Amino acid sequence: MSELGRPRRRKEDRRLLTGRTQWTDNLQLPGMAYVAFLRSPMAHARITRVDVSGARTLPGVLAAFSGEDFAGEQGSLPCAWPVSDDVVIPEHPPMAISEVRYVGEAVACVVATDRYKAADALEAIEVDYEPLEPVLDMREALKEGSPAVHPSGNRAFTWKFPQGDMAAALDGAPVVIERTYVQQRLIPSAMEPRAVVATTDGDGFTLWSATQIPHVLRVMLAMTTGIPEHKLRVIAPDVGGGFGSKLQVTAEEVLCLLITRKLGKPVKWTESRSEGNLTVHHGRDQIQHITLAAEADGRIRGLRVNLLADMGAYLMLVTPGVPLLGAFMFNGIYKMDAYEFGCTGVFTTKMPTDAYRGAGRPEATYAIERVMDELAAELGLDPLEVRRRNWIRHEEFPYTTIATLTYDSGNYEAATDRALTLFGYEELRAEQADRRDRGDPVQLGIGVSTYTEMCGLAPSRVLGSLRYGAGGWEHASVRMLPTGKVEVVTGSSAHGQGHETAWSQIVADSLGVPFDDISVMHGDTAISHKGMDTYGSRSLVVGGTAVLSACEKVKEKARKVAAHVLECAPDDVEFADGVFRVRGTDAGRTIQELSLATFAAHDLPDGIEPRLDSDATIDPENFSYPHGTHLCAVEVDTETGMTKIRSYVAVDDVGRVVNPLIVEGQVHGGIAQGVAQALFEEAVYDADGNLLTTTMADYLVPSAADLPTFVTDRTETPATSNPLGVKGVGEAGTIASTPAVVNAVVDALRPRGVHDIRMPCTPERVWRALEGAGS
Amino acid sequence: MPRITVTVDGVGYEEDVEPRLLLVHLLRDRLGKTGTPVGCDTSNCGACTVMLDGRTAKSCSVLAVQADGGEITTIEGLAANGEMHPMQRAFHEEHALQCGYCTPGMVMAAIDLVREDPHPSEEAVREGLEGNLCRCTGYCNIVRAVRRGAEDMAVRPS
Repeated sequence: MSELGRPRRRKEDRRLLTGRTQWTDNLQLPGMAYVAFLRSPMAHARITRVDVSGARTLPGVLAAFSGEDFAGEQGSLPCAWPVSDDVVIPEHPPMAISEVRYVGEAVACVVATDRYKAADALEAIEVDYEPLEPVLDMREALKEGSPAVHPSGNRAFTWKFPQGDMAAALDGAPVVIERTYVQQRLIPSAMEPRAVVATTDGDGFTLWSATQIPHVLRVMLAMTTGIPEHKLRVIAPDVGGGFGSKLQVTAEEVLCLLITRKLGKPVKWTESRSEGNLTVHHGRDQIQHITLAAEADGRIRGLRVNLLADMGAYLMLVTPGVPLLGAFMFNGIYKMDAYEFGCTGVFTTKMPTDAYRGAGRPEATYAIERVMDELAAELGLDPLEVRRRNWIRHEEFPYTTIATLTYDSGNYEAATDRALTLFGYEELRAEQADRRDRGDPVQLGIGVSTYTEMCGLAPSRVLGSLRYGAGGWEHASVRMLPTGKVEVVTGSSAHGQGHETAWSQIVADSLGVPFDDISVMHGDTAISHKGMDTYGSRSLVVGGTAVLSACEKVKEKARKVAAHVLECAPDDVEFADGVFRVRGTDAGRTIQELSLATFAAHDLPDGIEPRLDSDATIDPENFSYPHGTHLCAVEVDTETGMTKIRSYVAVDDVGRVVNPLIVEGQVHGGIAQGVAQALFEEAVYDADGNLLTTTMADYLVPSAADLPTFVTDRTETPATSNPLGVKGVGEAGTIASTPAVVNAVVDALRPRGVHDIRMPCTPERVWRALEGAGS
Repeated sequence: MPRITVTVDGVGYEEDVEPRLLLVHLLRDRLGKTGTPVGCDTSNCGACTVMLDGRTAKSCSVLAVQADGGEITTIEGLAANGEMHPMQRAFHEEHALQCGYCTPGMVMAAIDLVREDPHPSEEAVREGLEGNLCRCTGYCNIVRAVRRGAEDMAVRPS
């Protein structure tokens, strides 16, 4: 059985299931002290006094620091994506010194012998604030005379991307639809809270962090703190989920390094969930003005998108780039002659936003898929019919879109047909009509989402053209050990995805060695010296390709050794199932046997080094473009506003599949997060800028009881831009599902005059929408 | 400082603890039982779930002194002679975990659920695990795993 496509159970599971996992907070080092941060209770204020002396004298307290204590060394937290000429990147001190700009910003810290004493000592720190006006609403923030988050004002950047003649598309268009959608602010809510351990031997530094990006973090911390890169080792041990939230260079990582440098002792900081809800970067938060011009038959002439994107108080690692990742996706899978995208980034006195599962693409997909339903409603067409009239047909690939991306492959017809069959579309439409006729208080709604996304971040040249500060390549090493076992080192950094399993399958398939003879290492810059880490559904597409490429190089070395041992020309050696054979004979050696022969090195051909190992750094030539059709049926109780998902079908095309179990798991989890945005989750600030949703009792991460069983299936159109034919699957479910659910809710209520409901579609919002529609 | 006696995964401990020390911090910071993680501070997520005298308890919401004289089983105490508990195996077989952070609590809660309802329906599993949050899996495979684990537990009680 081929290893690729096999539902291998995961290698990672045993330690996770038996409690042998290495979470950062598990780490205990001799003499280790605990750090606790005092955080601003004000959304916007001048700091007039910080007095930590009361804390310093408490039992068990080693030290207490204010921002002034770090002033000369803490630098500014980095933004790696200066998106435009006019971008304003304000100073972002890891610990505030003179002004705080969101509730939760660190203003002081304590280092103590245990967590409890550290928390106690925070009470003894005195801080005086002079309140300033909070800035909470993006539209108000841009008005003349608004209080300013930064001296430069509240505009972070403007970015425009006009393609084709939008004015002509609008001029005389038989149908023009204008809508405003709000992408509410979300809290990523990885189950493992952030944690940092830092230590020094007086020369070098080691930092453990619950991060997705040990490699990027090392470079950025070196640049921020001045600790030389070669004296800094960063380790991401087992990491409990990220979803983009651990794609960050955080204040706490910088400060823990500086504290360990000051004290010469190892220190640990672990956040509480409440602290995390306040200070782990948030996601989404856009206001989207959409204008769609179409022909009377539903064919799209052009699309205009004007975004306001809430940056929060500062620009963090990729904050301003997130809406730009959406700029190329608002056109979705559809053909059109004109497209105009404009975005203004706005500073507010809230926690900064940054990448959250999908990062820009869920926002874009939501807008286009919602407005396609509005177009269908306007024209009295089935929502799928209006999509069919506009989407790229399978025979048209490769297709260069109006947003200048070249989609290499896809088959929207096949995915949609499969989804319709699994869903029972016609039957549900019939039931919907019946309920409408009967005036059933529980109405049925059907939602459609035919999405695509750009994955496999990313071609370095493209990133460079968008002013991103780094490349998008990935690195891998494959080394055969004397006994024929294989070690793989990957530059991507798994935090739940299952790289150890999937990468083993790629190696087993390529080298023909048993799956169990392979081990995969990652997440430690001393082991994996080079990498770009894990985000943007890039690991398999870029990192997996690097693993395959390294295997191919190992095989070519082994072929020369095999030819020498078998006494024939390299061209006469054929390789299959892990064995090199002289063509047309039974004489052969396994690659594992050759590994021992190479190690012994007694009889190698001239010019061959005694090693069967290699590495590869792969820079992708294009993004990859997963796509699919998601269908959702909801029952909406018009008396209570309660929405219940009745059935959900997802047919995704993620290209070739290495491990169908892992793919299905990613789709399930992705759908759940997208459904959560549609129905449950919102980060809410009050009028003073206090976050109200600081706990999991207030911020509603859905439980098993809130979600249905998802029906999933796949079509398989291989990517043409990488040798594995893979497209990535980490974000697909989240991108697709939010519009599918909201389209379903709106579809249920459209006969009652409801054309939109602001997310999350809580019972109260649904009920109010019905009341407002005057039904 | 009160002195308490607890048995954790079959080993007896006698510890002097501050009255305010949470059971989960006793386990993690004092006894080295780091298999039980902390996911929130309001007992919503259930990651820290352990068995206390045969019933599940969220160890972030129990004081160590309340567990005095108690018998605690954590995720680390489930496997016997290197063999995983049927529920652990079922989670592995059904790919019911991704990052694995919620998994210890989820498995402990699932075992308790099955003790009360040896053959739970899908709905019973979903309702029964409402107090344990997972951000990775969307719960589909967890539900499948719990039902499979229940059947395996019926055949081979642990």
